Amino acid sequence: MALRERLQELHDRGLADIKKGDSLDRINEIRVQLLGKKGPITQALRGLRDVSAEERPKIGSFANQIRDELTAAIEERNQELKKAAINAKLASETLDVTLPGTPVAQGQPHVIQRIIDQLEDMFLGMGYQVVDGPEVEDDHHNFEMMNLPKDHPARDMQDTFYITPEILMRTHTSPNQARAMEAHDFSKGPLKMISPGRVYRRDTDDATHSHQFHQVEGLVIDKHVTMADLKGTLEMVAANLFGDEFDVRLRPSYFPFTEPSVEADITCFNCMGKGCAVCKNTGWIEVLGAGMVHPNVLKMAGVDSSVYGGFAFGLGPDRFAMLKYGVDDIRNFYLNDTRFLTQFYKRG
Amino acid sequence: MKVSMDWLNEYLTLDVDPQTLGEKIERTAVEVDQVYKMSDGMSKLVVGETLSVEPHPDSDHLHICQVDVGEDEPLQIVCGAPNVATGQKVIVALPGAWIAGHHKIKKSKMRGVASNGMLCALQEIGFDEKIAPKAYDEGIYILPADSENGSSVFPILGMDDDIVETDLTPNRGDMNSMNGTAWEVGAIYGKTPKMPTFSLNEDGSRKVSDLLQFSVDETLAPTYKMRIVSGVTIQDSPLWLQKRLWEAGMRPINNIVDVTNYIMLTYGQPLHAFDYDKLSSHHIHVRLADEGEHLTTLDGEDRKLRDSDMVIADDKHAIALAGTMGGLDTEIDDNTTTIAIESAIFDPIKIRKTARFFNLHSEASMRFERGVNKDDNQNALDHAAALMAELGQGQTEQGTGVGSDTPVEPAKVSVTLTRINHVLGTQLTTDQVQTIFDHLNFPTDNDGETFNVTVPARRWDIHIEADLFEEVARLYGYDNIPSTLPYGTMTPGALTFKQRIIRDSRRLLEGAGLNQAISYALTTTAKAEQFMMRDSEPTELAFPMSTDHTTARMNLISGLLDDIAYNVARKQKNVALYEQGRVFYREGDAIRPLEVEHIAGAVTGTLTTKTWHAEADTIDFYGIKGIVDLFLHDMGLSEPVHYEATQAHAQMHPGRTADIYVGDQVVGFVGQVHPEVASDYKIPDTYVFELNLQALIDAPHDQQQYEPISKFPDVTRDIAILVDQSVTNADVVALINKRGGAHLADVQLFDVYEGVHLPAGKKSLAYTLTYRDRQSTLVEADVTKAFDKVTAALEKEFDAEIR
Ligand SMILES: [Zn+2]
Repeated sequence: MALRERLQELHDRGLADIKKGDSLDRINEIRVQLLGKKGPITQALRGLRDVSAEERPKIGSFANQIRDELTAAIEERNQELKKAAINAKLASETLDVTLPGTPVAQGQPHVIQRIIDQLEDMFLGMGYQVVDGPEVEDDHHNFEMMNLPKDHPARDMQDTFYITPEILMRTHTSPNQARAMEAHDFSKGPLKMISPGRVYRRDTDDATHSHQFHQVEGLVIDKHVTMADLKGTLEMVAANLFGDEFDVRLRPSYFPFTEPSVEADITCFNCMGKGCAVCKNTGWIEVLGAGMVHPNVLKMAGVDSSVYGGFAFGLGPDRFAMLKYGVDDIRNFYLNDTRFLTQFYKRG
Repeated sequence: MKVSMDWLNEYLTLDVDPQTLGEKIERTAVEVDQVYKMSDGMSKLVVGETLSVEPHPDSDHLHICQVDVGEDEPLQIVCGAPNVATGQKVIVALPGAWIAGHHKIKKSKMRGVASNGMLCALQEIGFDEKIAPKAYDEGIYILPADSENGSSVFPILGMDDDIVETDLTPNRGDMNSMNGTAWEVGAIYGKTPKMPTFSLNEDGSRKVSDLLQFSVDETLAPTYKMRIVSGVTIQDSPLWLQKRLWEAGMRPINNIVDVTNYIMLTYGQPLHAFDYDKLSSHHIHVRLADEGEHLTTLDGEDRKLRDSDMVIADDKHAIALAGTMGGLDTEIDDNTTTIAIESAIFDPIKIRKTARFFNLHSEASMRFERGVNKDDNQNALDHAAALMAELGQGQTEQGTGVGSDTPVEPAKVSVTLTRINHVLGTQLTTDQVQTIFDHLNFPTDNDGETFNVTVPARRWDIHIEADLFEEVARLYGYDNIPSTLPYGTMTPGALTFKQRIIRDSRRLLEGAGLNQAISYALTTTAKAEQFMMRDSEPTELAFPMSTDHTTARMNLISGLLDDIAYNVARKQKNVALYEQGRVFYREGDAIRPLEVEHIAGAVTGTLTTKTWHAEADTIDFYGIKGIVDLFLHDMGLSEPVHYEATQAHAQMHPGRTADIYVGDQVVGFVGQVHPEVASDYKIPDTYVFELNLQALIDAPHDQQQYEPISKFPDVTRDIAILVDQSVTNADVVALINKRGGAHLADVQLFDVYEGVHLPAGKKSLAYTLTYRDRQSTLVEADVTKAFDKVTAALEKEFDAEIR
């Protein structure tokens, strides 16, 4: 048989074998057999020397072509078989994806902490500093510097845990107003601060009373701070904690350390202002007390009340949390039932 | 104060519905607790006339009454009241009526006799026990004889009147009176109230100055006056007066006592009526009590007085606790004929202390505490005398006896328009501000800028500029004030280093699976003193409210164990908590404690639960230590952390507790709670740690610096050694590091084995040593040489057998 025909035949039979080959081993066998050093194509090419000089290049290039085609076919078949093998393997590895994942230990911040952090972040963004002060206070800072001299009737509003006649568990975070004003250098600009922390009152614990709770005090003192600024700031607090759809209203109130004093109400969550049992049919819920800092408080802290003034507010994260999440018993915050603690992870 | 709309309408023509008025008062002046009628929730209560009253045949106390209720036929009603009699006008609850307590009246039979309704006592139609007149304590109420049968009882009893109940802040004592409330409501609506009038006829023949002498300490009673009304007959007050009292929540007693209360409600001036003839002398003293002096007050209590209590006394003894409660000996009784009426102003602080001490918070003491209008003191006295004389058919003796009469100058306060707008953030005009002062009835003049305001004595709460800002703001309306934010010099808002570490600490421990707890900082002294990291005296409350919360904590763990106990008692077996907060250390002689930030964790059970796929992550010493390791690693401290076994913590397991060191400073401890302590708390095995967070904040911290990643591969060698039980991992690692050579980068323990396959008292430890060279590829031979040195050292130092 002529060399060309033999090559053609090797080619055709080779392609057919490759196609039939059903394993990577078989294909490798075919490759060695066809294209190996001792394989028929190599052998056939050795017969070139019997071919005429003018035919030789043609046959040579034909042989190379056949070898390339077979090589490509082998490679292609290899890929097909590999892919089929992978598919078969993966098909055998199918899982029940609805089985639960492996638990990862993860704790939650306390709900009161969440509220405090949220308030801190908002006020930090508005250029306030966060300050703290002692939980065991002296009567001087807790009361006297807050314009609550001994025998002031408003002291009855804050039943106090005394340690000695002069030392007590702070009843509010307001003494941090005095401490911040005493420490602040007003030549360096305004004082803008909030002060979150634990406070204590001589109360019997029940669903709505706790001898320990939290407050966030706020204070801004500058040369021109207005009641309108207070109103705008409280509206920011309400929008930040509760959402834009809540309105704020101010009502006159009385605190010895502010004048004028106001109480701020926000739209009732439960009825959105229509009136319900939660809001005693008023459509409003009282959330915080505030006012313009009393000149006596400024004076006692060494601030010239004819030049400087400002506002202060105090709000209760416990009350906010109760309102916002519908917690019906304040003791939940301090008993730390894990079924309670782990509930508070949602964004809203 | 419970404000009657009918009464308020005598002052002002308002033409406003009570709900709206309540809302307006709340927005402008003081909180309003509720707006209601006494008749709320009740219906079908009419006037009836008892045509006949027969004894019930089968009862010794029931009566069968035929009652005319204005219908064609009388109603038969069985009644058990002892005072029911023929010809009375009575309150009838018709069948289908609603009475107090959401109770519905139905036709029924009582011991076989049909009863078509009910004759009512005042208590049954909603009157509080404390306000229903005493005469009717035990029976049905008898209405005036001219009441029309079948008509509603509500108007007769004042129960259809709207009541606006205000909740006064301490500064608005002026609104503790109808006059003050009328001034305020007048200011809100821009109307001038008509104040009460009366005509006093001094028709007695005697002069009060001849009847009474006074010795008054003016510091105790700056104003002390008396009038005398003689020849009075003690009887019930007319119904109009009784209604005024019970609508205000006060109980009618008799015409004289009722007048004192009525005048107090009108003017806010508490009065007291003495039986003049019961005074042992006619010399009245206002003085402090002698320590231990006795006085029997109107309520029958024998009070042992203190030398800080103010009394009214005759020459012999105290006759009243001034401003708080009268004495029994000089009480008005049915035979009283001569009344000495006291109209005084007492030191509010003394009144408050006495009222608190004896727990005698009365309508009078509360008004004295919050202030009384000096301007109306004489009016109130005169009005009372006139009314007593009228209602008791007596004579007012001539003149007023004056024990003291210290004048009160009205406050004059100036304020400028600029300041008002500067503080309120408004753009009010002179006219607007002037109008507000006019509506308040504060005599005011202005020059277009400065307002000179004279504040009447009734508003003693106002004496500085800021008080006027408030008056302007509230009457202008808080709703009308714009909303802005403070502007001015920008200030940076950033947490301090300490605050950032505290925040990061929380996030770290949450990431490790612990939930944040907030426990009570006040606990028992015993618990406060557990788990302490240093010596300290307890900080204890002088007057605790409960035995569970007496002392400021000196550790956080005990609170967390309380929390775990709470959970365990509720079948929560797996609890992982941490708390960040302060402990309170006190030096022996210091009064104030030092407040130190701590952070602590407590875990019982498992951190993660067992599932179909994973074993439970049960806590043990190494589990809790891992959390501490992670925490301290992320604190980025400059000095190395190490742990040392300790038996120094009485509440901790002596073999499973370590002190935690940063450098050579102890910053906390970690381990298992002593099983006996756990058993006291009623909790299972629990692992805890507590760290002095303040010490970690104060410790030196590494500066963050990038460390280039080596381009050359690490070489590792494993080694397993058999050593004595007493050799610790820390000892071995220290030695390996010491002798490891320049390229030893890391030593990791990967196996510990103690057990039957080893000789007694021995354990096997296995480590991976990692060698690294940043400059070049490590040469095998060099590593082997370094490794051999380690092996030799271990053999030499610990008698280790290399395995
Ligand atoms: Zn509502």
